[in-house]
Amino acid sequence: MAKRRADVGTLYKGSPGQWSWLAHRITGLAVTLFLFAHVVDTAVVGWGPDAYNRVTEVYHNWVVRVLELGLVAAVLYHAINGTKIMVFDFWPSTARYMKPISAASTVLFLGSMVPITWIMGREILNLALGWDL
Amino acid sequence: MSVETRAGRSPAIPPGRGAEVRRRDRPAGGFELWSWLFMRVSGVALLGLAVGHVLIMHVLDEGVSRVNFEFVQLRWESPFWRTWDWALLVLALLHGINGLRVTVQDYVRWPGARFALNVLFALTGFLLFVLGTVIVFTFDPNAWPRTS
Repeated sequence: MAKRRADVGTLYKGSPGQWSWLAHRITGLAVTLFLFAHVVDTAVVGWGPDAYNRVTEVYHNWVVRVLELGLVAAVLYHAINGTKIMVFDFWPSTARYMKPISAASTVLFLGSMVPITWIMGREILNLALGWDL
Repeated sequence: MSVETRAGRSPAIPPGRGAEVRRRDRPAGGFELWSWLFMRVSGVALLGLAVGHVLIMHVLDEGVSRVNFEFVQLRWESPFWRTWDWALLVLALLHGINGLRVTVQDYVRWPGARFALNVLFALTGFLLFVLGTVIVFTFDPNAWPRTS
C-alpha cells in the first residue's frame, strides 16, 4: 500500500488563514505607523507653502515612491482581507467556503495590484532612471 | 489576558460539508465586544474613505507628483474634502490604535508594560487627533498667496 504523504512527512506550511492573519496584522501595523507620520506631515500645510512644499518634496523622491507603492499594497490588502473577515463573521455559514473565498480575495488583491504597480512603477522608473514611460 | 468568546455556546454548523469549520471567535460582551464591532463598522467606512483616499492621492491622475501646497489650497476649498479628510483622520486613528491595543494584548504579558504602551499609543492618537482637527478646520486657503 502506498504511503500517504502525511506518513512521509512534509514541511509544515501553515494554513491559509494563518498567513492571512499574519499579513493582516503586519499591513495594519505598517499603515498605522505611516498614519502617525502622515498626520504630522500634512499638518505642516498650516505653516504655509515654503514649509509644506519642502515636505512634499520628500514624497517626490523615487526611493520614497517605492515605499509608497508598498503602502498602497498594504492598505489594499488590509481592506480586501478585512472584507473577507467580515463575510465570515457576519455570515458564518460562508465559513464552509473558506478556501475558495480566501483564494478569491487573494486573486482580487493581486489582480488589482497589477495595474497599480504599472501606474506607480512607471513613475518610479521615470524618476529613478530619467525614462519617459 | 484571554478574551472570553462566545464560541463555546455558539450553534454548531449543521453536519455535512464543512462541518469541521468552527464559528470564528467573537468576544462575549462588554468592552471587547464593542471593540470587535467598532473594528468592523469603522472598517466598512474605511473601505470607502481610506481606499478612496489612497487611489485618488497615490494612484490616479499622477498620484503624489501633483501634491503640493497649491493642491491642498484648492482641495480644501471644498467642505466635502475637508469632511472626508477629517472623517478619515478620526476613523483611521481609532481603528489603528485599537489595532495596536489588540496587538499589545497578544505579545506583551507584563501588565505594567502593557499599560504603558497603551497609554503611549492612546496619547499619541489623541495628540494627532487634536493636531489634525485643528489643521483641517482652521486652514485658510486665502491666507496664503496663490501661485496660479
